[in-house]
Amino acid sequence: MKLNDEEQDILAGKAGPVPQLALKHQIKVGDFFGAKDFVPVTQAHIMADTESLGEAGVQWLEGLAATTEGQRRVRVPTITDPRGTDFAKAEWLGQTSAMVDLERRAIAAFETLGVAMTNTCINYQTIQPPTRNEHTAFGDTGVVIYANSVCGARSNFEGGPSALSAGLTGRTPRYGFHLEQARRGTLRIEVDHTPASLNGWGALGGVIGRIAGNYWAVPVIEGIEGAPRSDQLKHFGASMASFGSTALYHLVGLTPEATKLSDVSANDLPVHRVTKADVEALQRSYHTDDTVDVVVFSAPQLSLYELADLALLCDGRRFSVPMLAVTSPQVKPDSDRMGYTARIEAAGGAVLSGMCFYQSYAREISEARGWKRLATNSAKLVNILGGYGYRPMLASMEACVDAAVSGKLVRT
Amino acid sequence: MSAKIFKARHAMGPLVRGTALVASDGFSARYDLDRIKGVFSRPAHKLAGQSYVGKILVLDTAKGGVATAWMLHEMKSRGIVPLALVLNSVNPILAQGAALGDVAMLAGFDQDITAAVPNGAEVEVDPAQGVLKLI
Repeated sequence: MKLNDEEQDILAGKAGPVPQLALKHQIKVGDFFGAKDFVPVTQAHIMADTESLGEAGVQWLEGLAATTEGQRRVRVPTITDPRGTDFAKAEWLGQTSAMVDLERRAIAAFETLGVAMTNTCINYQTIQPPTRNEHTAFGDTGVVIYANSVCGARSNFEGGPSALSAGLTGRTPRYGFHLEQARRGTLRIEVDHTPASLNGWGALGGVIGRIAGNYWAVPVIEGIEGAPRSDQLKHFGASMASFGSTALYHLVGLTPEATKLSDVSANDLPVHRVTKADVEALQRSYHTDDTVDVVVFSAPQLSLYELADLALLCDGRRFSVPMLAVTSPQVKPDSDRMGYTARIEAAGGAVLSGMCFYQSYAREISEARGWKRLATNSAKLVNILGGYGYRPMLASMEACVDAAVSGKLVRT
Repeated sequence: MSAKIFKARHAMGPLVRGTALVASDGFSARYDLDRIKGVFSRPAHKLAGQSYVGKILVLDTAKGGVATAWMLHEMKSRGIVPLALVLNSVNPILAQGAALGDVAMLAGFDQDITAAVPNGAEVEVDPAQGVLKLI
């Protein structure tokens, strides 16, 4: 990679060992992908729950934080994805003190490095959405695909070590979706059905993600009617990224880089049709039982509007199985203030904050609480939880709330 | 007899030799693995139930989220890690994880590498030369 004077100084250790280590890591990744140089970034977002870090990852962070020589604080605003717990609910979730202690150590290290503990995977709704052509280093695939596609910003998937490195150096290797040519469509998707529900949008995203199939594929999607809401595109993109490792899509006539088809697509791209039946088939494939042990709304964290909808569905109900709604630390105080939290809790539900279900020791929670059959309206969550030993089922928010009352999931 | 050699466009990490565990399927440490037991745990994965520890995984493409960037490092600290990752296509997360965990990785071949390497074959991964050799 070609390094400018500042980068050569960082590599030589003139800014201290922490940014030097960060830049070395970035050069390894940049060289792997053939990046020619670095691009400055304005903000970074770190995925770093302790289930992923483990003791080794936390010790690595603590090593950086303990360094007193040179610069050890981030150079650009750097925020965090959900933590591995909601400290107020850790015991109820069946999490151990060792898990909670590891979280506290990770937080202490991040704070020493100057990282702001926002603990959210919906920063594009709650912190600061990026603008078109803004280069960022975002972690969490759902954040990246929303920022790239809906906002027209420029980010690759930046895993925790790389996002932290970008925060520490203020730059990232220029490859992938930082480059104009990588943002052109690689396949066309014609849909004949515009979903209304969030689970429907998630299922559509899942079908398209499976077709796209890998990180470098960029679906160009036609046939969506109306103007989708932020929460709908949140579920759509998060699921597409989960099923397909997809980081960018274009909705013709809707997203900023695709005013018309020819803006992002050559004439000879392969065309795939996605029907309502395809979307329903994906949802049905997760209807594997009619009894549920737990209902979870999470992945991504819920917006204030989703919590308002959920509170309305909870009014006058009484749950027979646990129901969890997971949101961000930015939304939770508003949910409390508007009375949504109290209405959900009055039905027997729990509103958790600052975590996300699958990033919070889901396997250990399953074993501690005996939760296997899980109903959710998140297509992303059902795609992930199979590997954690769950039998996840995808249904509408309404059907999931009904299941929390009766313990039975009605097939839709 | 000369070894059969496959050239990769992307490479990093140390030279390793071992047994190939091959499937035409994806890879994500969070989605696909029981990282305590060291086995593929996602029921729909073609390697479900099989141990990945010390194996050279030959798979199609990177799947899923960003957690693998930490998880390779964490698995290596406990010795419950693949010896190398060989894929037709990777995403940045796998490369970032291999960089932090110092795990050998090759990606990008002129043919489907999961069809070219027999399951159980003894192979050498040589990132400095950017090649996979059937021994």
